[in-house]
Parts: sequence; structure tokens; C-alpha cells
Amino acid sequence: MSNPKPTVAVYKFSSCDGCQLSILNMEDDLLDLAEAIDIAFFLEATRAERPGPYDIAIVEGSVTTPHEIERIKEVRRQAKILIALGTCATAGGIQALRNFANADEYAKVVYAHPEYLHYLKTATPIAEHVKVDLELWGCPVNKEQVLEVITALLNNRKPSLPAYSVCLECKRRGTICVLVDKGFQCLGPATQAGCGAICPVNGRGCYGCFGPVREANLDSLSPILQKLEPYPGATARLFRGISGYAPSFRKTADALLSAHKETK
Amino acid sequence: MKNIEVPALARVEGEGGLFIGLKNGKAVEIRLDIYEPPRFFEGFLRNRFLQEVPDITARICGICPVAYQMSSAFALENALGIKVGHQARALRRLMYCGEYIESHALHIYMLQAPDLLGKQSAFEVAAIAPDVVKNALRLKKIGNQILKAIGGRSIHPVNVCVGGFYSWPQAASLTALLPELEWGLQASIDCVKWAVTLPFPELEIDYEFVALHHPDEYGVIEGEVWSSKGRKLSVQDYETAYIEEHIEHSNALHGRTVDGNTYLVGPLARLNLNHAQLLPIAQKSLKDSKIKLPLRNPYKSLIARAIELVQFFEEAIQLVKAYKPDGPAHLELKLKAGNGAAATEAPRGLLYHRYQIDGNGLIEFAKITPPTAQNLPRIEADLFALAPKIVSMSHADATLTAEHLVRAYDPCISCATHFLKLKVEEIEK
Repeated sequence: MSNPKPTVAVYKFSSCDGCQLSILNMEDDLLDLAEAIDIAFFLEATRAERPGPYDIAIVEGSVTTPHEIERIKEVRRQAKILIALGTCATAGGIQALRNFANADEYAKVVYAHPEYLHYLKTATPIAEHVKVDLELWGCPVNKEQVLEVITALLNNRKPSLPAYSVCLECKRRGTICVLVDKGFQCLGPATQAGCGAICPVNGRGCYGCFGPVREANLDSLSPILQKLEPYPGATARLFRGISGYAPSFRKTADALLSAHKETK
Repeated sequence: MKNIEVPALARVEGEGGLFIGLKNGKAVEIRLDIYEPPRFFEGFLRNRFLQEVPDITARICGICPVAYQMSSAFALENALGIKVGHQARALRRLMYCGEYIESHALHIYMLQAPDLLGKQSAFEVAAIAPDVVKNALRLKKIGNQILKAIGGRSIHPVNVCVGGFYSWPQAASLTALLPELEWGLQASIDCVKWAVTLPFPELEIDYEFVALHHPDEYGVIEGEVWSSKGRKLSVQDYETAYIEEHIEHSNALHGRTVDGNTYLVGPLARLNLNHAQLLPIAQKSLKDSKIKLPLRNPYKSLIARAIELVQFFEEAIQLVKAYKPDGPAHLELKLKAGNGAAATEAPRGLLYHRYQIDGNGLIEFAKITPPTAQNLPRIEADLFALAPKIVSMSHADATLTAEHLVRAYDPCISCATHFLKLKVEEIEK
């Protein structure tokens, strides 16, 4: 980057604000970071805002309203590099559960006057709408990874992010396998590392909030998980969670659900 | 035609806008528009297994996920007719201490203080008062460390379950926090002394305050729903007195009492109704601050948050010292059909959940009433009270004054859709 202080804009789409908060949660590095970059637009942190274009746009949330479809295009036009931050931005997030149901029915369940609302029937990742330069998964993202990505961009190098599964993080921490030893359903073998294997460390199975790891062997994992179901249909539910709209988890859940229907 | 427009409100969590309609220079219409997109949580909770609920509801709010996990867990435990043991309950309070510390430190120093100091952000405050911001970040970090020690991470922690916790945290990881907690207790006592010196705008409102009240402790996780108008209800009867309406300009529902009145939840309500239950050091901090209760100035909710910081550091120290995990971390669940409600105090105010479950533990119905939804009509009413003062101001000053009032509420709009464009417009004469 030619400019010594790149301009950064942080945007929120449909989300819980948790991934933006991960930036404010860099307590030890936040003030240094604010020195190293030029925060030009970040509503959760500051009223001050300057018009684009920006060197880096960081986008939290998924696209769930007609207005957001237009807004994400404008964000893309204003940004040299666009980073999708967190599982809402990379896979639709928890609100993408509407993609497997009838959003109008949901609206009726929650609101007395669904006609007042403007929403899309689907919640979709940023990359379904515009070109995304870098995706950072996690619900929420790991703030160390956010810092790594920003530092790498500042130094013109590729960010170093793990390309292996949560299993490796368990091994590294010396956590006994909850799937093998305790018989808990665990998505660790199929989920991208990055969280530090906090679920197995806390005595429960991983629920996949960092999204599917590339080349996960889901055909092999899914029957193993099915044998450990705490209630009938739990495996499909496990895949159909926070990262449920990510393609490989989506297909696995679809296959499980249609097999379930056939046996009925 | 006078037309004032301000882009989305800064330093709140979520998105919305403010419209003030004028007639002959007088405000006749106030509308807080909520753009924050609806996400339909109560919809997709249906047919999920009850143990999945705390992980899902956490995602309603990244700033106060613990509140959502707590209200879910207690409500579902009530539906199953079970009660967590003494240590699990204490650990839930400790976790809540962490969330209050993190959320209040963020709001006091990074979201509201810049308004009082005439700055745009904490980064600008850091330029004139670096120590204030460094201490703020250190306080916030301690809150996050408590959450991490118990729940694996501070945002969307993973250890809370229906029935207790998945596992007991190691005592050593909690006691390791004591030196920082002792520092935080002193820093938050100093925060109260600093807070009372801030130049708060004058505004006194006759609120109906509503908060959870517990006779033996500062109301956070269990108790009765008390109102400053004398109404005292069990949580199970909450819906008989407090209702939600769907308003056209808002993706957040609006809370009212059955009599059609607005009411206020949050730090002012808690402090005014529950100050007798503050722990001794927090009690002394309140007394030394010389503020008079009830506190009715919405901007001064910052002082109430500062006193609560003292309370939650003091309580966290006690809870860490008393921590003795014993037996299983969670109860075995015996599934049965049922209906259960619970309310806990999120940092922003009372958070009510109710669930109906079937015999297999699947959710048939979910109702979630977040604090900001309850406060929205009250924020609009406060802006109405403020309007005569701001319509004669310059656009920039009017916007800042209105924004400051809204920010003082610490509205978490992503929870309440569940935030501000100021538009002041002369309506046709």
C-alpha cells in the first residue's frame, strides 16, 4: 500500500454487532491500531466520518433487505479491498436459517404487521452480491485473526490463517477428543480452526461457527455423528446452525433431511 | 421548509434514524425510525431442541450475549421445573459481572463520554486524555477476561447450558483475575468520582422505572418485576402488565404498560429501585457521590453505570473468592412439555423470555422482549420533551443534542429489532 496510513471503513449489515465489537475488544492494540490506520468510517466507534474511496472496507453482517443489496454495491465501489468479517458476512449467519423456511411465516410469528417490514426471503453472504477479497470466518471472528489480517495488509503480505480443522487445535491444546472419548456430537473434524477449540475444551462438541474447513470429509463424518444423536434428527440440526448456509454444510443437512423423509 | 438530516447514528449498536416534524416552529411529531433489519429469532427458534437455544439467542446481541443466554437458560429451566444449584447460580452471576463490566466500560468511556467531552470518539478523547482511555480499555478487558475464563470467549461464550454449565472453569483461571479485579474496583470507584464532574445537560423526566428486584442481592438474575409506580409482579405475570406493539416506522417492537404508558428499564431504573441491595463499597460510592435518588436525568444514567461498575467488581471479587465447584456442572434434563418464563437484567435493562416446549424438548413458541424495545417509546417521549430546545439550534448542534440523548440510553438496536438519521421537517401548514 502506497499510502503509509490506509483508510479503513467498517460497515454493518444484518448482524449482532459482535464482529465489529471484536475490533473494539483489541484492548491492548486498539490505540496503536488507531495510529497505524486511518479510521474513516466506523459508526460503532465514532461520529467522525469522511467520504470514500477507502483502501479497506470491513463488512460485518449478511444481506437481508432490498436496501442492503444496493448498499453493498456502493460499499464495493468505494473500496479497494473488501473484507467479509464473520460468519454472517461469509455464509449468511444465524439469520440464514430463514433460507430453509418461509420468511413470511417467520415475519408473522414475530410481528403483528408484517406489511410494515422490508426484508428479503433469504439472508445471503456478501460474496453472493459483490466480489470479496478476503473472508474471515467466525461467530464471532477471533480478534487475533482480525489483527493478523490488518497487519498483513499494512505490510503487503498474505495473512497467515489456519487452513486446518478444529481437531488440530484440540490436539495442540492436549484436549481429549470429546467425540471419541465422551461420545458427544462434534463438528470439529469438519470446521475451520481459529476459535482455539473452545467448545471441546469446555466439555462439549463444536457447533461449527467458524464454517466448514476445505475438503472436510462430511460423507464419512455424518454417519458417525448420527450414531451419537441426543435426539432423532440432531445431526441435520447440527449442520443447519450458525454456518448452515455454507455450501457443504447445507448439502449435508439436505441429504440427511431427505433420507429422514424417505424412511418415514 | 427546514430539513435536517443526519446519517445513521454513531456509537450505538445497530442502525436507525430520528425524524422531528415541526409545525410553526414547534415539534408536533417525533419518530425514531429503526432500519435495523428484522432477523426473526422467535421464528427460527421454533422446532429447535431446547439445548440449542442459548447458543442461538446469544447471537441476538454481540454486546450482551450473556444476558440472552441467561434469560433463555432460566426460562427453559423453569419450563422443565428445575433449578440450578448454588455454585452454578453464583457462576452465572459472575459471568453477568463480566458482561456488565465489559458493556458499561464500553458505554461510559467509548460511547457516551465523547459527547460530554465534545469529542467525536474515544480515539479523540485519547488524544487529550490518554490515561482515561487506557484505563477504560483496561476495565473493559477485565470484563472480557472473566467471560473468557468461564465461557471460552467474551463474545458468544460457549459454556452456558440449560441446567447449568457444560463444565466448571478451573479455580486457578478465576483466582488469577483477582489482582486485576482489585485494580478495577479502585478504578471504578474513581470512575464514579469522575462521572459526577461531567457536564450533564439538564433534563428531568418523571419516569416509571421498571426493574427486576431481589430482596437479598442487586437484582440481576431472579426476583420480581418492580415498578416505581408500586406494581410488583412475579416474572410469570410480566405479560399481564407489559405489552409490545408493532409500529409502522420501526422494525423494533415498542413496549408499553397495559395502561398505555411508557416506562424505563436500565441502569437508572435498577439503581433507583434497588440501591438498598448494593454491596457495601458500591453503597459507599453512591453515598460519597452525593447524588440524590431517584435519579431522573437520562444523561446521568452514566453515573448509575459507574456505580454499577463498583458493584460488579465488588461482587466479582466475592464470587471468585467463594468459588468451589462441586459435583456435576449441570443437571440431567428430564424432558417434559411445559411453559416457562424468565427475566434477567441485561446491562441495558430487563430482558424477558418465554418458551413453550413439547415433550421431546422442541420449542413450540418463543417470546423475547429486549430492553431497547421497552425503552423506545420512552426515548421518543424524551426527544419530544427535548424538541422545543433543539429546533432553534443549528443543524449540527440539534443533531448532536438529540443523538447524545439517544446514546445515553445505550440502545442496542440490533437486539431490539430489533439506529439515527435526524430529520427535522416543517410539516404542511
